[in-house]
Parts: sequence; C-alpha cells; structure tokens
Amino acid sequence: MPPIISISNLSKTYGSGFKALNNVNLEIQRGEIFALLGPNGAGKTTLISIICGIARLSEGRVTVDGHDIVDGYRAARSLIGLVPQELHTDAFESVWGTVSFSRGLFGKPKNPDHIEKVLKDLSLWEKKDAKIVTLSGGMKRRVMIAKALSHEPQILFLDEPTAGVDVELRKGMWEVVRRLQASGVTIILTTHYIDEAEEMADRVGVINKGEIVLVEDKANLMQKLGKKQLKLHLQGSIATIPPDLAAYNLELSDQGCQLTYHYDTKGERTGITSLLGDLRAAGIRFYDLDTTQSSLEDIFVSLVRAP
Amino acid sequence: MNFTAVRAIYKFEMARTARTLVQSIVSPVVSTSLYFVVFGAAIGSRITSVEGVSYGTFIVPGLVMLSVLTQSIANASFGIYFPKFVGTIYEILSAPISYFEIVLGYVGAAATKSIVLGLIILATAGLFVPLHIQHPWWMLTFLVLTAVTFSLFGFIIGIWADGFEKLQMIPMLVVTPLTFLGGSFYSVNMLPSGWRTITLLNPVVYLISGFRWSFYEISDVSVGLSVGITLMFLAICMVVVWWIFKTGYRLKN
Repeated sequence: MPPIISISNLSKTYGSGFKALNNVNLEIQRGEIFALLGPNGAGKTTLISIICGIARLSEGRVTVDGHDIVDGYRAARSLIGLVPQELHTDAFESVWGTVSFSRGLFGKPKNPDHIEKVLKDLSLWEKKDAKIVTLSGGMKRRVMIAKALSHEPQILFLDEPTAGVDVELRKGMWEVVRRLQASGVTIILTTHYIDEAEEMADRVGVINKGEIVLVEDKANLMQKLGKKQLKLHLQGSIATIPPDLAAYNLELSDQGCQLTYHYDTKGERTGITSLLGDLRAAGIRFYDLDTTQSSLEDIFVSLVRAP
Repeated sequence: MNFTAVRAIYKFEMARTARTLVQSIVSPVVSTSLYFVVFGAAIGSRITSVEGVSYGTFIVPGLVMLSVLTQSIANASFGIYFPKFVGTIYEILSAPISYFEIVLGYVGAAATKSIVLGLIILATAGLFVPLHIQHPWWMLTFLVLTAVTFSLFGFIIGIWADGFEKLQMIPMLVVTPLTFLGGSFYSVNMLPSGWRTITLLNPVVYLISGFRWSFYEISDVSVGLSVGITLMFLAICMVVVWWIFKTGYRLKN
C-alpha cells in the first residue's frame, strides 16, 4: 500500500537565512502511529507546519494520499487534522461553537451527531456550552483535539500533545490516540518524552538540526534497547577470565576489578543465576553489582549530540 | 469554491459583533449623536445652510461615511489581526480554503457590519434632522463600495500589524485626519482656493462628495470622478491583498 504521506527532498529556509529543514525524506505509512523525536529547534514543528499548509516549503515535494500539498492543497488539507503545540483558542467561544466552526472551515456539512460523538469521546460533552476561557489547561488541550477531529480527518498531527500535562491526563490522551488508530486514523506525534514514543509509536523518527537522522520500527529499536549490562565490582583483581566462564562473553576492565556481562532481558533466560553460581565456583567474589540499560533516550542523546 | 468555509468565517465574525454589541454598534451610534449635538446644534446655529441645504442635514452623509470608513477598517483589521495575535490563525491557514475565500469571509463580514452600522446611523440622523435621499440606489452603491474597499484596507492593516500599536497607527494617524479633512463637516468649496487644491489630494473627499450627491445632488467633485477614485482605491487594495497571499507576507513565514 502506498504511504499516506510522502516527503521528498524537503528543505525550508526562513527569510532570515536560517535553514530549518535540510533535504528531509520521509514516508508515513497508512494507519501507523509515527513518533517524531527531536530537541527544541530541531525542525519538528516546521515540518508539520509545511505539511499542514501553515508554512511554505522552499524546496522539495510533499504529497498527502497522492495529493501535492501545493497544487492539490484542498484535497490534501481536507484529510488532515492538526493539534498544534500551543493552546490557541478563541477564549470567548463555546466548546460546541468552536468545534462546529472547525468542521465548517473544512467544508464539511453540519453533523451534530459527529460533534457529539467527538466531544463524548474526549469527555467534553458536559462542557459543550462552556466558554473556553473557563476550562482547565487539560480540557483546552482536548478541545484542540476535538477541533482537529471535527472534520473526520484520516491523518492527525499531534504536536507535543502531552507537554505540560499531568500523568493521568497523559495516559488518558494515549488512550484517545490508540482508539483513533483503531478507527483507521494515521497519527504523527512529536514529543520530548521518550517514554511516550516507546508507549505509543509503531515507528520512531529522530530529527536534529533539520535533518532526519533515524527512522526505525519501534520493535527493532526496543530489541536494541532490550540489552542490559551487569557490572560486578570484584573484591580483588583478577588477571584473566577463568576458562570455565568463557561461555558468558565477559569483559574484564578497571585493571581486573570489574566484570561486565551483557544479557538480553527479552530472552527466555538471562543467564544471571548460573553466572553467579559459576563465579562462586571459580572463587571470584564481588562486593557490589549494578545493571544498566541503554534506553531510547541514550540512543536519542547520542544521535543529537553527534557533530 | 468552499462556501461552507466562507460561511463559517462569516458567521464567526458576525457572532463576534453580537458578543461585542456595545463596542460594535452602540458606541458609534452614541458618538454620531454627539456629533449632531456639537456640530449640528452648536455650529449649525451659526452656519444656517451650505449650498442650499441646512447645516445639520448637510453633515449627515459625511457623518455616515466617517463611521463607515473607520468601522470598516477597525472591524476588518481586528478580525484578521486577532487570530494572528492569539494564534488561532493556524486553523485558517491549514484549512482547505483559498485565499479568496478567506478574504471573502473576513472582508464580507466586516463590510456587512459597517453597512448595517451606516444604515443605523442614517436612521439615528433621521431623528435629529429631516432627510431626503435623491438617489437611494446610488447611496447604497457608494455605501457598499466604501464599506468593501475600506474593509479590504483594514484587512491589509490587520495582516501588516505585528502589535496593537501598529493596528491603531494607520486609523488614528492617517484615516481619521483624512476623514475630518475630507469635507465631512464642510463643503470643499468653502475653503480658500489653495487649501481647496490640497484637499483634492485627499481620496476621502471623493467618497464623501459622491455619497453626499446621492442625498442632495450637491457635490464638490463630479460623481463620475468619485466612483472612479473609489474603484481605483478598491483595485489597489485588491492587488495588495493578492500580493500578501501570493508571498505569504506576515502569514506564512
């Protein structure tokens, strides 16, 4: 099946000369949740803004379900719902009014049943007549999502959907996103929170300094992340690893005072129990141990710190 | 053509007027009534008539124009500036609508409001002085043309402004003086010839003159010239708006 969004050789240079995006190539598959990670100023919002029509591209081409975002902007944009990062709302408008306005803006005929469903799904039904100014931050965020869903989009962009949102609401938001995906909506979310990407995404992309530096299936990434290290701090130093322990692929470091064992947490057996038994049998004693895991965050940090 | 979207913007803007009824309708009516009291009664008692029309009656078209001009600019500039200011413009820019449809929604609503306001002020004036409109269709034509033209002008100001000061600057420093010096309260023919020549450089003179002609068949300049200048200004505003959207000026960069 062809990708629902196809970005090729996309660059964006602002009037000031700042190059926000540099030759970006990316494909978003139909029905997936794609998480775009990147530090502040990496180009996440610029990329979304271009696809949605808020900013102009300088070079390259973007198609949405086969429609060019410049020449076929009407068809392309009608498929997209956008939830921006900032809470931009008409403070004195009612929830019902602002969500209905969004539907009209996208050229869709009135459909009170659909608006009602969206508001109920987002637990906003009780507040439908409330003015937006009276709502809490979390509710305003949900109003933004309701506006984006008002015209039944096939693609939903969530730009930092859980920034500044408490833990409970974050989980609620994840639930909403999962339900949307189940209904066939393709979701692209940008986030600072690595665990959010881990929790939600089918694929993860990392953008830094306007360039896509990694796109990978989350499953593959998690496999890499599944590796852990066990470090044993020995009571005395040893010159070499005894031959009986050769099967464990141990590393000796810190002048013979530290042993490191790599294991896979996803594997059926980690081998830790037998290693500890064999160490005792070999007469190697240790006074402390710790385990470390390379997280998505480590990979992310190493990618974005690269020169 | 995405008429549903145009209607959505139009209705949203009209609803804003309803929410701010005092500011949008009541306050211009009150200030116009004050003009009648101050200019009509105080000055009118000394100037009995201008070109055969009583002074109070003479200033009615100028007063209507004064309000239509300033309110068209204020409504349209605020209408598009506010979404820029609070950020809700993202939704307009990401919607499947053309620039023409955006302008139609915002400018259409702003022009409608000032036309309604103009008619309300005219009715208010009718309470103070006897009114007789010689060419009602021409009167409406001038009213609509002026409302549309200056709503477009206001739209341009709203896009250009990047702060509230700029939003107020052109209406306060350029439009209001031009309106007051444009013959709202006097006939240009009453001025010494040097000042008269300078006054004729003021485009507002042509709007007021044409509008007044539709009421009393008296004018400072020919009606054809009034229509021509108004259309020319309308065309200039349209070109500027076209350029704004073509380049994305202050909107997409």
